[in-house]
Amino acid sequence: MIVANRKTLEEILTMLKPYKKILLLGCNECVTVCATGGEREVGVLASEIKLSRAKEGQEIEVREQTLERQCDHEYIDQVRPFVGDYEAILSIACGAGIQYVAEKYRNKVVLPGVNTTFLGVTLEQGVWSERCQGCGECVLHLTGGVCPIARCAKSLLNGPCGGSSNGKCEVDKELECAWQLIVDRLKELNQMDKYEEIIPIKDWTTSRDGGPRKRIREDLRL
Amino acid sequence: MRLSYPTNVKIVKVPCTGRVDILLILKAFESGVDGVYLAGCLEGECHFLRGNLRAKKRVQYVKTLLDEVGLGAGRVEIYNMSSAQGQRFSEVAREMTEKIRALGPSPAKKKVRA
Repeated sequence: MIVANRKTLEEILTMLKPYKKILLLGCNECVTVCATGGEREVGVLASEIKLSRAKEGQEIEVREQTLERQCDHEYIDQVRPFVGDYEAILSIACGAGIQYVAEKYRNKVVLPGVNTTFLGVTLEQGVWSERCQGCGECVLHLTGGVCPIARCAKSLLNGPCGGSSNGKCEVDKELECAWQLIVDRLKELNQMDKYEEIIPIKDWTTSRDGGPRKRIREDLRL
Repeated sequence: MRLSYPTNVKIVKVPCTGRVDILLILKAFESGVDGVYLAGCLEGECHFLRGNLRAKKRVQYVKTLLDEVGLGAGRVEIYNMSSAQGQRFSEVAREMTEKIRALGPSPAKKKVRA
């Protein structure tokens, strides 16, 4: 899932300063699972905003709405009947959702309530961890199912580096060395021969270096 | 026991403090209360095993939210007592009332539209 972190209330209040009527939009997908931008978080943020404004003796109307997804236009269209009643939209979906809302309502100010951080997994209730960077050319078949791009601080394709010590990364003593994980897994799978192979220089044009990416499935197009 | 406690304390009954969501506490502040405290069972004695421990964590989280909002973390607390400790219940009600009285009325009071 896409994992995001809520911006501080102070940042959000600064963005909201000129407005008295806002639409607060949550998303039922990834940000709900990582407890940042779902219906509950919409409720809590709306309450925080109203309390803060009340403390300053100012009023603010916050309409709470959580869409099924903010990355599909048919769901964004659901707020069209009343979006005109609000001065600004505060979205707490991921960056993709926030931008798509902004694209659909071009004359509305759309503000981000979260910082989108990574593609990851739930390690345990309340703990999320990065697993994928969307580089566009997966090497997991070569690395025992552990991604060296997302999980090695240097994104080394042939590791580990000299900073690996007792299975931990020099960047953070709590952080596991991705290449230690790769070697351990390859040993478990009896695939150490794969470790002997040098992975060639990566073509980063499939990643962000090639500019924003687009995917088209002609057969699905209407 | 015929114990008395301050009349300003309004009791909201829940089956377990584990039922108390963050939003329930915030809504109380939106409706204009000056403080909220949870009276949960003794730690380790939860009928639902971890309800009061969950509530304790949520109260800690609400404290950070109230600090961010500017109402102050001191306006929300959790106390643990058994249902047989009537004396403690009334003591806590007085203690919390005095604490909130010292903090003064909530700065968000009566200015919020629910």
